[in-house]
Amino acid sequence: MVNTVDPSFDVFPEWRGKDLDAAFALLRDLVEDPDYPTVRRWREQGGKVLGHFQVYFPEELAHAAGMLPVKIRGSYIDAMQADSRFGSYLCSILKTSLELALTDRLELDLFVTHPICDAARNLGAIWERNLPYPSRILYLPQNPNSSHAKNYLRAEYARMLEAIEQVAQTEVSEDDLNQSIALFNRNRSLLRQLYAVKRQSPWLIDADEAYVLVALGGILPREQHNEVLAWTLSKLSSRQAKRQDRVRVVFEGAFCEQPPLELIRLVGRSCYVVDDDFLIGLRWLVDDVDVGGDPLANLATAYIDRASYSPVQHDARKPKERMLLERIERSGADAAILTAAKMCEPGLEEQVTYTRALDDAGIPYFVSEFQETMTSFEHLELQLETFVENILFE
Amino acid sequence: MTSKHDGDILGRGKSQGADLIRDWFGQLSAVAQNGGDSAYVFVMGSLVELLGAFDLPVVFPEINSLQTAVRHVAHEYLEEAEDYGYSPDICGYVKADVAVQLRGGDHPAGSIPRPALAVLTNACNTYIKWAEIWERMYDTRMFTLDVPGTRSATAPESDQQYRADLAYVDGQIRELIAVCEAMTGQRLDLKRLGDRLRNANTMNTCWKRILELNRRRPGVFNALTDGTIYLGVSNALRGTAEGAQYFVDLVEELEYKADHGIGTVDDETYRLAFVGVPCYPSFRRFNEMFTEWGGEFVTSTYLWFASGGSNLGFQYDPGHPIESLAEGTLLSVRDAMDSMFHQDRVLQGMIDDFELDGVVFHPIKSCRTVSTGLADGRRALMETRDIPTLFIESDMMDRRVVSEAQLKNRIDAFFEGLASRRQREMVEA
Repeated sequence: MVNTVDPSFDVFPEWRGKDLDAAFALLRDLVEDPDYPTVRRWREQGGKVLGHFQVYFPEELAHAAGMLPVKIRGSYIDAMQADSRFGSYLCSILKTSLELALTDRLELDLFVTHPICDAARNLGAIWERNLPYPSRILYLPQNPNSSHAKNYLRAEYARMLEAIEQVAQTEVSEDDLNQSIALFNRNRSLLRQLYAVKRQSPWLIDADEAYVLVALGGILPREQHNEVLAWTLSKLSSRQAKRQDRVRVVFEGAFCEQPPLELIRLVGRSCYVVDDDFLIGLRWLVDDVDVGGDPLANLATAYIDRASYSPVQHDARKPKERMLLERIERSGADAAILTAAKMCEPGLEEQVTYTRALDDAGIPYFVSEFQETMTSFEHLELQLETFVENILFE
Repeated sequence: MTSKHDGDILGRGKSQGADLIRDWFGQLSAVAQNGGDSAYVFVMGSLVELLGAFDLPVVFPEINSLQTAVRHVAHEYLEEAEDYGYSPDICGYVKADVAVQLRGGDHPAGSIPRPALAVLTNACNTYIKWAEIWERMYDTRMFTLDVPGTRSATAPESDQQYRADLAYVDGQIRELIAVCEAMTGQRLDLKRLGDRLRNANTMNTCWKRILELNRRRPGVFNALTDGTIYLGVSNALRGTAEGAQYFVDLVEELEYKADHGIGTVDDETYRLAFVGVPCYPSFRRFNEMFTEWGGEFVTSTYLWFASGGSNLGFQYDPGHPIESLAEGTLLSVRDAMDSMFHQDRVLQGMIDDFELDGVVFHPIKSCRTVSTGLADGRRALMETRDIPTLFIESDMMDRRVVSEAQLKNRIDAFFEGLASRRQREMVEA
């Protein structure tokens, strides 16, 4: 028996009819809620859920099979049960993500992870040993410069689609996939518009508000995420907000574990965050995916040729320090905030490269580490304010 | 074979192995002193068979780094890299190598030539981040051989899916050959490659045999200490005639020991498996804390994954060298990954094959690839098997996180538990 959810079912109607500030308050609470109420409601309707760990997953595959793709990005909860499954010296997001599953806060039908880093690549086996539903590793190509990478990735997507079809108990046609790609293209377009606002009129939207809007994509059906984005964007232009003399910064280092929303709010109080890599996997494809023809091949091509960058992918066409400098230039930023999650090896390694590149380019930067579960921000805020003042009064 | 005197054969593998590694470092020093280039490779999927066919000297930065720890100077290198900007929380191997590079190749074992080419697989993600450092320092040509691993331990893949993976690896190896040809100005000599694959076949056969020989009682080599020497030769001289001969001789030695009941400790009281990466900053003492109690490491997952999956004993077809190299690389590197990420499954077999009395899990700060899943692997193992386990954390490079006193306390308690258990079993029998 195939379980599908009525497309008109609204998993989070609470925001409708509210003004912008009231809607943001509700949506912020939703993003921070470790009990994933929208996923619960989806499941209560008989829907199935695919949870995918950071960074990128082609969610169109799950959507086309009628599943809800959910981005697993850790949480600020205590990893009471998961702690015993891990040793020391590990980032928090691994532990809290598993904790969400072990405690049934986040119930899934299929878990997918990727070999993005040495620690996260262990998650597939750990999940498989601890939870009753299937766990799969999606081997996104680590050699995107090979002429064989696209064919390989197309086959890898086909393999993943088979696993999804088994769980969803359905067959996915090319038409289904093309419809999903078109829907996600709309989503990508809306997210690009949101980032254009951040770059061009950052006073219209706070850093944490923009973050919430992106993060909703990880927990809402994409149709409903598109509605929220379109409505918000339509309201922003008439928002009463005054332009201030703030430093324009790029925030870099949140490609996997996410800083607490309070930290993002803190940064936004003294800076305009005009670009960033928050939840970059939800914005990984920087352009539309072709619709029509072979949809799996189209998705593979987009991943190889039209994608962003992060410390967990090497691509000779995209040296990361050059990409960061381009992000800074494109957004008209004055400075960069270079962060890394504690114990995040790729992030910490990239900080060395980034700082040297910024030194060479004469661009000021602020270096810091964070943890998703951190609760004290006073010291960080003081350091950041000092950094900002140095730039403003230089 | 048995006509030889003990003195002619016993200990030969260790002394010859040390000589070969010393000579190998000497050759690298000569290359460095002449301003020559080299290819940097890693133990899981080195492709040394292929690079050797182009006469490219190969450097194993992992071996360089662990040598600084064994020689008790790693802290100097780590601190230098940290002063340069690298975090205390990243891989110690990477940092030691950064310091070697900052010192112009100066290393306690000699001089290390610069990398013109870096060949790495995705078996460890840090390989990729590491090679990016050379890419930035020297404009090194970086080639990532992407080897798709096991997607699920419980869902077998189809022939069609396997063939797709094989085609990907095969295609990349052909691209690597083109890179090597352009870099060296030489066409690939398939006969030379075939010869190297034959030598690698001998080494793979011998490696598998050596691991199996420790199923005998008493164990004929210590998987932690002796095994690391064998491992060094297995990697550094892979595909060479010297390497093949070394392993033929080593099998002869270990079979002699097995036939004559010669073990490595006076009284092999407890047979143990080691899971993880050794504690190189305290290499000898770490092992003594076990042997003092009659504990002998007869097997380890390290000898599986750090041999790049040679434990499979894969046999290349020298008549179809490229295709065969692709298949061997896919299967062997995948197996190496499995023995890290699904170590609980590997141990299920080891417990019976080696008649183990205990399993020692040793996660380390420096290596998240190997260490992240060990606590859960131990939990899963203990749910299915009645076998004592020990979980101790330290590091492979950084003596700042190695506390011998704490390790000894835990190890002593572990053996006291093993002794009580044995007494109880004897009483019940």
